[in-house]
Amino acid sequence: MALPNKVLGELKAVRDPEVEEREVDILIVGGGMAATGAAFEAKKWMSDGQTVLLCDKAAMERSGAVAQGLSAINTYIGENAIEDYVRMVRNDLMGIVREDLIFDLGNHIDDSVHLFEEWGLPMWKKSAEGKTLNGKKGMSMGTLKSGAAPVRTGKWQIMINGESYKRIVAEAAKLALGDENILERIFIVELLLDANKENQVAGAVGFSVRENKVYIIKCKTMLVACGGAVNIYQPRSVGEGMGRAWYPVWNAGSTYTMCMKVGAELTMMENRFTPARFKDGYGPVGAWFLLFKAKALNGLGENFAASDAAKAELAKYAPYGTAAVTPTCLRNHLMLFEMKAGRGPIMMDTVTALAALAAKLDKKELKSLESEAWEDFLDMTCGQANLWCAQNCEPEKKNSEIMPTEPYLLGSHSGCCGLWTSGPDLDWVPDSYKVKAANGKVYNRMTTVDGLFTAGDGVGGSGHKFSSGSHAEGRMAAKAMVKFVRDNADFTPAISQTSQELVDMIYKPVRTYMDNCEYTTAVDINPNYLKPEGMAFRLMKATHEYGAGTATFYQTSTKSLEIVMDLLQVMREDCDKLAAGDLHELMRCWEIFHRIWTVESHLRHIQFRKETRYPGFYYQSDYPGQDDENWFCFTNSKYDPKAGTWDTFKRDYIKIIPD
Amino acid sequence: MPSFVIQEKCDGCKGGDKTACMYICPNDLMVLDPNAMKAYNQEPNQCWECFSCVKICPTQAIEVRGYSDFVPLGSSVMPMLGTEDVMWTCKFRNGLVKRFKFPIRTTPEGTANAYTDLKAKDLDSELLATEEADGLVYKAPETV
Repeated sequence: MALPNKVLGELKAVRDPEVEEREVDILIVGGGMAATGAAFEAKKWMSDGQTVLLCDKAAMERSGAVAQGLSAINTYIGENAIEDYVRMVRNDLMGIVREDLIFDLGNHIDDSVHLFEEWGLPMWKKSAEGKTLNGKKGMSMGTLKSGAAPVRTGKWQIMINGESYKRIVAEAAKLALGDENILERIFIVELLLDANKENQVAGAVGFSVRENKVYIIKCKTMLVACGGAVNIYQPRSVGEGMGRAWYPVWNAGSTYTMCMKVGAELTMMENRFTPARFKDGYGPVGAWFLLFKAKALNGLGENFAASDAAKAELAKYAPYGTAAVTPTCLRNHLMLFEMKAGRGPIMMDTVTALAALAAKLDKKELKSLESEAWEDFLDMTCGQANLWCAQNCEPEKKNSEIMPTEPYLLGSHSGCCGLWTSGPDLDWVPDSYKVKAANGKVYNRMTTVDGLFTAGDGVGGSGHKFSSGSHAEGRMAAKAMVKFVRDNADFTPAISQTSQELVDMIYKPVRTYMDNCEYTTAVDINPNYLKPEGMAFRLMKATHEYGAGTATFYQTSTKSLEIVMDLLQVMREDCDKLAAGDLHELMRCWEIFHRIWTVESHLRHIQFRKETRYPGFYYQSDYPGQDDENWFCFTNSKYDPKAGTWDTFKRDYIKIIPD
Repeated sequence: MPSFVIQEKCDGCKGGDKTACMYICPNDLMVLDPNAMKAYNQEPNQCWECFSCVKICPTQAIEVRGYSDFVPLGSSVMPMLGTEDVMWTCKFRNGLVKRFKFPIRTTPEGTANAYTDLKAKDLDSELLATEEADGLVYKAPETV
């Protein structure tokens, strides 16, 4: 019996949405750590009469990668030299990083951390006797800014009680910017170039996921900070568990796609991150390795990373592999080596680690240690805590498996893909790193498109910013944007498309749905369109099989890349027939569109770089090993929006900080 | 671990203009069925298990059930969010219960100092507004 067609979601889409047009000086797109940093900073530099607007796809108090909370701030310079921060990032990312960006950021990270503490984020402290105090008890020691000692797990990380981290940071951002300058649940999907001025951004378009309304926003300058890209490769869990991504599942590559589509240059898009995490729950392992000193064992119970064979393997990647701290990709590489040799699974030896600690602690200290172990999950990966509960896993009694995840693209964690941007305009910064605007000036964190800035996951070539660095970088970009507005006071943004053309573009999936949905009896199966979920599975299958996904132990080859590029081309064609019956589905249509473009850039870069720079993250089987002679350089790409063509090319790496 | 809504406890936020779970979900998953006046998770396989909806629900109507593809049944993890602390109750499949309390905030909600009156001065310097106010100096690196 034929059933009546009905849309899935509650907020049904209509054919002709309302249109709201706005014009501001500064537009902030995104609501995560970088965007909230920009929101905090902008007005402090703006003159009277200048205007700003922030558009967040979600609700700022729980949007972005820190929505769930965090148990640590992974970058706090503190007593360390900023030069050492650059050295650490450079080594972890196998030598090729933008040292100007990293050093510049190192100047500002601590100021953001100090603000977080002032706003109310509880920071663990060391007592006078060197004991650990939680964020509440630690208040008696004073603030980090006043010189109190944080609890460090590694050289750079400090422990926090961070369940409400994002709520606190968002509160300050909202108070600073003013509620009237913030639009939530607005998904910006395309950027617009100026009609008159070459290579200048002039605005953005998006839509509300709460009402049938399209937003057309003109601006003089814009920050695009919408995080990295998740659910681009088939995840290890393909049922309900596909939402349990390590990075936020709502990060759709929007930062990279929107910027590349107006011609902004990308850098190091081949660099990806496949973190090793507790299997399935993807709970963090950092505290287990660093705070509890746990070891990873292979299936034979051996501490494989300490073996002579492992040392010999790491020596092949000197100086990175032989450094005091093994780069993240090489740690994965060693793990994969065991797994491929049949010596899996890899287990985190929590039992031995906790027993060793227990031997040194009294009963009260032991209780607090147990609490710390659980808080590590409950603050940032609640689902991992539940998985342990469901498996009857008490870490002092039972070891847990760890596993490298599916690939992610990001620029703020242990990864460095993103946009090519300017660093500071200072004499120690190489000229080739300075992006000059049409007026000949350099604006910090501006992309190669005039007026278009990015931060956090968006800035390429400088990983290990994490939450604090992303916030600081958003602030740096905000200041530079105000400077851009001051220097371009006579610029009036103009867009070449009509409002109707923009609405037609954004609501195309709705029209496609409405024009065709009555043809079949089942709303999701129709020869004239494709629902976004189907396209998402198609993308993930293709990358999984050909693009160095988990199916092939992260290996790809020249031939596989050719095949996947063909598949992507067809996917982009079929995106013309995406269909949305409701506003939630319309959001999913645009997200999958963004993901496809981002993945294409990732694979184009892998195709271009004829070496395996990051073993453990991916392997180009036709070009195993590193080839410093030909590839010790940045690999950049640029999409030409007029011609619709791609250009992929090298840019020189310049060493600034000595070894 | 998708969130689920307990029929009896959900009151649809009493028809207010803002349904709490729908307001907060970072992935736009929680929606209100306007006829039943009950909320539900419209896309469980896109749930990040961030617990934002669980923590914000005024009637504690939302919980999470482990992802069916790898989490055995019978456990639960429930937060109670206060103004200064969060209380977690972790129930194991075998009945074991663990409770934890962690600080979440050291200042009253709504009082974060946004430095709204701070007017920064030198737009051409390398300093951020609060760094300038504190008289910090931008460091240059030791270079090769």
